[in-house]
Parts: sequence; C-alpha cells; structure tokens
Amino acid sequence: MVLSRKRTIWQKIHIDVPLMLALLCMMCGSLAIVYSASGQNMDMMLRHGVRMGGAVIALLVFAQIPPITLKRLVIPLYLVGLSMLVAVFFLGITINGAKRWLNLGVTNFQPSEVMKLAVPMMVAWYISQHRMPPKLLNLFIGFVLICVPTFLIKEQPDLGTSLLIASSGLFVLFLAGLSWRLIGGAILLMIPAVYAFWHFGMRAYQKQRVMTLLDPESDPLGAGYHIIQSKIAIGSGGIEGKGWLQGTQSQLEFLPERHTDFIFSVLSEEFGLIGVVLLLSVYLFIIGRGLLIAVRAQDAFSKLLAGALTLTFFVYVFVNIGMVSGLLPVVGVPLPLISYGGTSMVTLMAGFGIIMSIATDKRMLLKS
Amino acid sequence: MINKRPTIRDHSAEANLFARRAFVGFVFVTILIGVLLSNAYKLQVKEHDTYKTRSNDNRIKVIPVAPNRGLIYDRNGVLLAENRPVYNLEVIPEQVDDIAKQLAEVGALLNISVEDQENFLKNIRRKQRFKSRVIKARLNEQEVALFSVNQHKFPGFNIEARLARYYPYGETLTHALGYVAKLNKKELTSLELAGEAKNYRATHDIGKLGIEKFYEKELHGIVGSQRVEVNNRGRVIRTLSVDAPTPGQDLVLTLDIGLQQVAKKALEGMRGAIVVMDPKDGGILALYSNPSYDPNLFVHGISGKNYRALLNPDRPLINRTTQGRYAPASTVKPHLAILGLEEGIITEQTRMWDPGFFQIPNVDHRWRDWQRWGHGHVDVYKAIEESCDTFYYDIAYKTGITKISNFMNKFGFGDLSGIDIHEETTAILPTVAWKKERFKENWWPGDTISVGIGQGYWTATPMQIANAVTIMVNKGEHYQPHLVQVQKQFDEITPMYTEERPPIVLKNHDHWRIALEAMHNTVKKVTGTAHKAFKGANYDPAGKTGTAQIVSIAQGEKYDAEKLDERHRDNAIYTGFAPYDDPRVVVTVVVENQGGGSKIAAPIARQLMDYYFTANPLQKGKN
Repeated sequence: MVLSRKRTIWQKIHIDVPLMLALLCMMCGSLAIVYSASGQNMDMMLRHGVRMGGAVIALLVFAQIPPITLKRLVIPLYLVGLSMLVAVFFLGITINGAKRWLNLGVTNFQPSEVMKLAVPMMVAWYISQHRMPPKLLNLFIGFVLICVPTFLIKEQPDLGTSLLIASSGLFVLFLAGLSWRLIGGAILLMIPAVYAFWHFGMRAYQKQRVMTLLDPESDPLGAGYHIIQSKIAIGSGGIEGKGWLQGTQSQLEFLPERHTDFIFSVLSEEFGLIGVVLLLSVYLFIIGRGLLIAVRAQDAFSKLLAGALTLTFFVYVFVNIGMVSGLLPVVGVPLPLISYGGTSMVTLMAGFGIIMSIATDKRMLLKS
Repeated sequence: MINKRPTIRDHSAEANLFARRAFVGFVFVTILIGVLLSNAYKLQVKEHDTYKTRSNDNRIKVIPVAPNRGLIYDRNGVLLAENRPVYNLEVIPEQVDDIAKQLAEVGALLNISVEDQENFLKNIRRKQRFKSRVIKARLNEQEVALFSVNQHKFPGFNIEARLARYYPYGETLTHALGYVAKLNKKELTSLELAGEAKNYRATHDIGKLGIEKFYEKELHGIVGSQRVEVNNRGRVIRTLSVDAPTPGQDLVLTLDIGLQQVAKKALEGMRGAIVVMDPKDGGILALYSNPSYDPNLFVHGISGKNYRALLNPDRPLINRTTQGRYAPASTVKPHLAILGLEEGIITEQTRMWDPGFFQIPNVDHRWRDWQRWGHGHVDVYKAIEESCDTFYYDIAYKTGITKISNFMNKFGFGDLSGIDIHEETTAILPTVAWKKERFKENWWPGDTISVGIGQGYWTATPMQIANAVTIMVNKGEHYQPHLVQVQKQFDEITPMYTEERPPIVLKNHDHWRIALEAMHNTVKKVTGTAHKAFKGANYDPAGKTGTAQIVSIAQGEKYDAEKLDERHRDNAIYTGFAPYDDPRVVVTVVVENQGGGSKIAAPIARQLMDYYFTANPLQKGKN
C-alpha cells in the first residue's frame, strides 16, 4: 500500500472524499423527497436544509478531533451521558407519554442522543485496553457498560433507541472477536429471554405493534393502518414509480408520518424499485466504506469504534426500511440521512465525523 | 506488517481477527440489504397490481349524483311541484377535531338550540364519521351569509346547496299530488327487494302519497355518478370524470289549477270532496278534498306538534274523493231507472201512484218518500227530476239485490276506480254474500228497498259516483279516470292513460236517452231539484241531486236539521254534466253534514261549471 507523503487538502481538513460524496448525495436526495413528502412545503424545506447544515458542521467539527483526543474524552462523555439519563429518570419532562427530555432552559435535550455515541466509544475503549479476543470478565464488564444505559432508555420508554444503543455496544464486542460459541449460546438463551420479555418486559402498545406486524389487515383502521398504507404506497410504486410529487398515497395524505418515519414509502411510491435499488446501493457503499476505514484504522479503539458506528448505521437503515415495508414492527426509527428530523441527524453526522477523523488519522496516513 | 514493539498483544493477529469480523459484518449487511431488496421486489413487482388497485381504491371514490326529480305541471303548463335549492349546514365529523366545541360556536352563530346540538352529537356517534351530516336544514339568506363570512373558523363545516321539493299551491293540491319526504328505512328495504336501491344512493326524498308516490319511478330518474379523487379525510381534491344523472320525467296533469282553486274556495269551512272529470277521456280536471293541509310541512320532516294538529276529528289526512265512503243516495237513481227499464219492470210510459210511502205486501213497515205527501202520479222522468223515492223502492223491490249489485258493479261501484293514486277504497256495494260475511245474517227483502235509493248498506266514493255518471253521460263508453295526461322528458312526450275500457251495452240503447233526458229536466224544469241552483247558467247543464241520511228517521218522525247533532245531519251530493248535448265536463260534489243536495251541493257544482265555461268558452252555435 503506497500512500503519498504529501497530504491533500481533504486530508488536511480530515474529510474522506468518497464517504463525504455519498453522504452529500443522500442529503440532496433527502431534500427532494422531504419536499414532496411535506406537500411541497417551502418552510419545512428551509428548516430541513438548516438542520442539514448544522449536521454537516457537526461532522466537520468531530472530524477534527483526533482519535487520541477522543480516547481521553470517552470516560467523561459516558459518565455525563449516564448521569443525564439518571436525571431524566427523575427530572425529565414528559412529551406524549414518554419521559425522554431534559429541559436545558434554551431547548429540550434528549440525553439518549449522547449515548448513541458514548456507548460504542466507551465499550470500544474498554475492550481495546485488553487483549482481543476479549476474556469473559472483560466481556462481562463491557456488557454491563451496555446494559445500564440501555435499561435507562428502555424505561423512558424508548424501546427503539435502547435497542439501537444496545446493538452499537454489542457490535463492538462482535468486532472484537466475541467467540462464535458465545454468540451461539446467546442466541439459544435469547429464546426464553424473548418469551420472558414478551410477557413481562413489553408494554401493551409495543405488543400491539408486534401483533399488528404479524397481521396488519386484522386492524386496518387502527394499529394496522400505518403498515397497510405504507405497503400500498410501496407496492403501488411499481418499478418506475409514480413520479416525483405524483405519489397519490403521500400527496393525498393516506400515508402517515410521511416526512419522518415513513419517508421510505414516499420514495418507493414516487421512484419505484429503481429508486429503492439506488438508495440501498448508496447505503451499501457507505457501509462498505465505513468498514474499510475501520479495517485500515491504526489502533484497536479506532477500528472497533468505526466498525461499530458503521454497523449501527446499518441497523437504523434496516430497522426503518424493515418496519415500513412490513418486515419488522413499527418502532419509530427515522431513515438515516433521509428523514426530516432534528437531533438524530446531528448525532448521526457527528458519528460520521468520528469515522472521518479515524480515516484521516495522521498516524494512519504516515504508515506505509 | 510487523509489530516490533515488545508487548504481549499480537496486534497483527488482532488486526486480522478484526478484518475477518468486519468482513463477516459486511456479508451480513449485504445479505440483509438483499432481504430488503427482495421484499421491495415482492411488493413492487410481484404484488404491484394488487397494491396499485388498493391505492386507487384509497384515492378514487365514486360519488353518486342524485337525478333531478321530474316537475309536475297542470294541463295548462302551470308548475305545481318544483325543485328549489335549499341551503343546509353540513359537517363531516371526521374533519373536525373537537366537534362539540365547534358545534357550540356554530350554534351560537346560527341560533341552533342546545337541545338540537346534543341530538346531533348523539346521532353522529353512531354513524359513519366520513359522511356529510346535516346540522341545520333550510338556512335563510342571512344565515348563509353569516356563516360564509365565518367559514374559515370552522374547517369541515360547509354549506351545501341541495334541491328540495316545493309545492307552490300548498294545500290546494295535497290530496292529488301527495308529497315527497325523507326516505325511511322501510322504503329502503323495499327498494332493495325491488333491486332499486342502487338508483337511490344519492336520493334523499321519496314520494309518499298521491301522484308523487304513484309515479315515483317516472319522477325519480336515474342516478349518475362522479369519480373524484379524495384525500385521507375524504375531502374531494378534484373530479376525474362525471356520468351525469338522467332527470326524472316531467308530468303534465289533466288537472286545471284554476278549477282546483275554485273547488277549494267553494268547500271552505265544510268537509267534503269535489271531483271534476272530462267525460271525453276520463281525465280529472279537479280533485279536491276538504279540509286539506300543507304538503310542504312534510318535505323537511313535519314536527310532532304540526302532525298532531292534523289528527283532528275533521280528518284532513283522508282523501275524501277516493277514500270517503258516502251513501250515493239519489245520484244513482238514473242508473236504477235504466236497470228498471232493462229488466222490463217499468217502461218509458209506466205511471205509478206515489202516496208518500212504499210498503212491501203484507208488511206494516212504511218506507217513506222524502216528500211526506208524495209526488202523485210519477213516471220515470218525474221520478228522476223530483227524485221520487217511492218509485225506486218499487223498482228495487221488484229487481232484487243481486241484479242491482251486478248492474251497478258495471258502473264501477264496489271496485277501485283505478285512478293513478294509491289512496283509494272500494267502498261497499252490498250483495247477499257480502252481508253474510260481514254480519253473519241473511239478506232481507227490506234491505233491498233502501239500496233502491242509494242508501242502506251501499256506500261509494265521490270518485265512484263521478265515474258512474261519466259512463252514463258517455252512454256506456268507459274511460279509466286518471290524473296524469303525459310524461315529458327532454322533448320526448309519452301520453298516458288514454285507455278505453269495454263499454256497457244495454239491451235497448235508447234507455240511456231516457235517463239523460230526465237528468236534463232535473235542471231545466222548475220542479227539478237542481233548477234553482243553475238558474241563468249560460250553458246547458244536466244533473242529479242527492241527500243522504246519516241516521235513520224513526217511523212517523220528521227530519229536523236543527234538532240533530251536526255530525248527524244529511250529506249533500250533486253530480251533473254540461253541456247536455255534448258533455265536456262532469262535476261531482259531496258535502258532509250540511243538508240537502239541491241547496248545498248543486250551487257548488254551479260555481265550478261557471268557472269551467268561462275559462273554456263554448264555441258559438254549439251551445
């Protein structure tokens, strides 16, 4: 592998060009689809553009933080995040029956967003301090690091986010070389665990969502309505789609949450299977690029963190598309990079900033 | 890559392990993306047709469009039933977030009582929330303006213009036209059974009575439809295509509204019925029953209070022309005279002594003539002119009930006239079998005597009396009485009911002349019972009076109207025609409890004929 000694301008500002191009590509697509899904609402477009700008700035800022500095920030970040979660537990404000926010005076802040980054960082840091594949004790401690915030977030309740945060930590363990035997054993243990969870851990509305997923037509005007309308939107799009701004399901508002969680259905309806293939190709490219950066990364912490962030990104993609196309229950996860939405996009781009920082780490570049 | 640093960690091995795991991760990602893609393929390619259909079902709604109901005109083209736009305040409950609050505000604006609001809220809870519901019907112009200015405050609330039936002549025509009112559940069920329900999907009203009911099918028309694109709240975004409804047939009646109004005025303050018929084709020129009521009250749903007011002892809801049962009394004497002639019981020359009563041989009971001292020598002419009872007691006694019944049945007594409204009764033409069934009693010869003067068990509707005289006037020729002349759609005109029925053929056709001449004399001769009423008419009328006793007068007692309860006073009847040599109009008048036919009914008939011949003057040389 021969790398030129002279650093390009992009390397100097810590930008991985292929990844950045793919992300920008997604954002442009997002603007077009949000415009259509919002019923051609210019105000919403503007707000969406401003948030995207903010997210890109977050990416640029995080890209400038070298992995070494990140390592030093891991423990404080994790502890601050954790204490904020505890604070939410006692002092949080309730919106729509969920206690997820802290009132910071200026704005409401969702501490679980911090944990989306803090958990994989903490686990990656802890595991990378020891030999890999990790020993059972290390695994156990890593597991505890994952479980505490997961439990706190699940209790808010925010099942979707808690599962995503748990998976981000578990990806670190997997990438660190968690033995296949343990994975197999865990899967076997999962079966009774799922059973117990179904009976004791889940709330009625969550059970309802799962039941509706299994047979959405059983309740077409109630809980099944969203999934049915979404499947109709996707299916009626066909191969070529109905055309931009021409989707009847979305334009006539049969589709719920059009510009947020169900934006994939809008895209599928208006751009058809061709649009879906294009979207999934770009996602696959982003994930491939992220994993490549992880493999090339200099140290174990960087590898584990970049890999886990990338795979977690994919979980978002899979859960969202799976849910709107009727493969998974509706858990309320936006489609990353495409959905209209606030903080989650900033967090996501900050994560890509970290990946870029790893990609353009000086030590990595100097190595030949 | 060689790690030279002396640590116990094998970084190269760790890097390899990581690379393997990352690769496994990538393979997993690729597989799962494959799953998403194949699911998208299944939905978008394999099941595309199903979802496309369902997507269209979502957005495309076919809205039925009600046809305009056919209009009804009188014989001269005067509009009798029309469709007027009314403005209703409607709401689609689904489109309103807090309907109770919004309704309270609208209610304050448009004066909708709290009770009405509560009823409305109670109602919508049970029904489909996507359908437009009427909150307040028939807004006036001021209310429409008031709401329109404030409409932006009430999303989901709309003013809808609909066509509603209106009867400009109100109670003058109720018993002929009937009315339309809101389609009810029972009617919907019968429409379903008849396979007609589809045609009524957009229709609010249905004919409930009279012509509106009888000609419901013709008046209604054929439902149209509109394909529209709607959003998820059912709001119409645009119209995709329209299949226009076919309006109902317009009906032109044989009625003359002017004559109808004269009839109404003539019966003011009395209970009674008037039928004016054109003997040339059986067309009804006037059909009025008093008291009447305003049909417009029923169109938008009659209030309980208004309805209860109609349930009074004068029974305005009854159509007396076709449902009123009256003893035909002396108006059937010309028919009975013909029967007597036909049966050979009398001849044109027969003269009989009338002592003022009739007795069956060996029976003490005396059937009295209305004139206590009798009419002296009476022949068939005088018997009709002066309405001599004794003459007919004799004919009836000698003919017998069966022959009387059979003969009178040919003139339509005991049968429905078949007029084109459903509100009709056969009344009673008594027979031996009828009495047996009704009273479980044998027919006594005495029963026949009263039948001979159109009383006893015999009852008839004014329509039957009119029809029987019309047959006589036509010398046996027979037309179906009817109200509708033609139906019109666009420029297509279909005549209705010109049906001629098999004529009544007498053994001697000259017998018609005798009866008709006698009826002519009834008016012409000073001694005739209708002479006074028609004195000075500028046309040549003929007719027969009748006075029906409501209670029997005891033997030897004298009828004294003053002493009798109003409801027990005589019914007055007159049936006549004009001009004598070429009859163009037959008028039948029945007035309840007002006294004699010559004094009460004949003058009313005169008013009608006067109007008729003023509006339709006779050509010179024809009078």
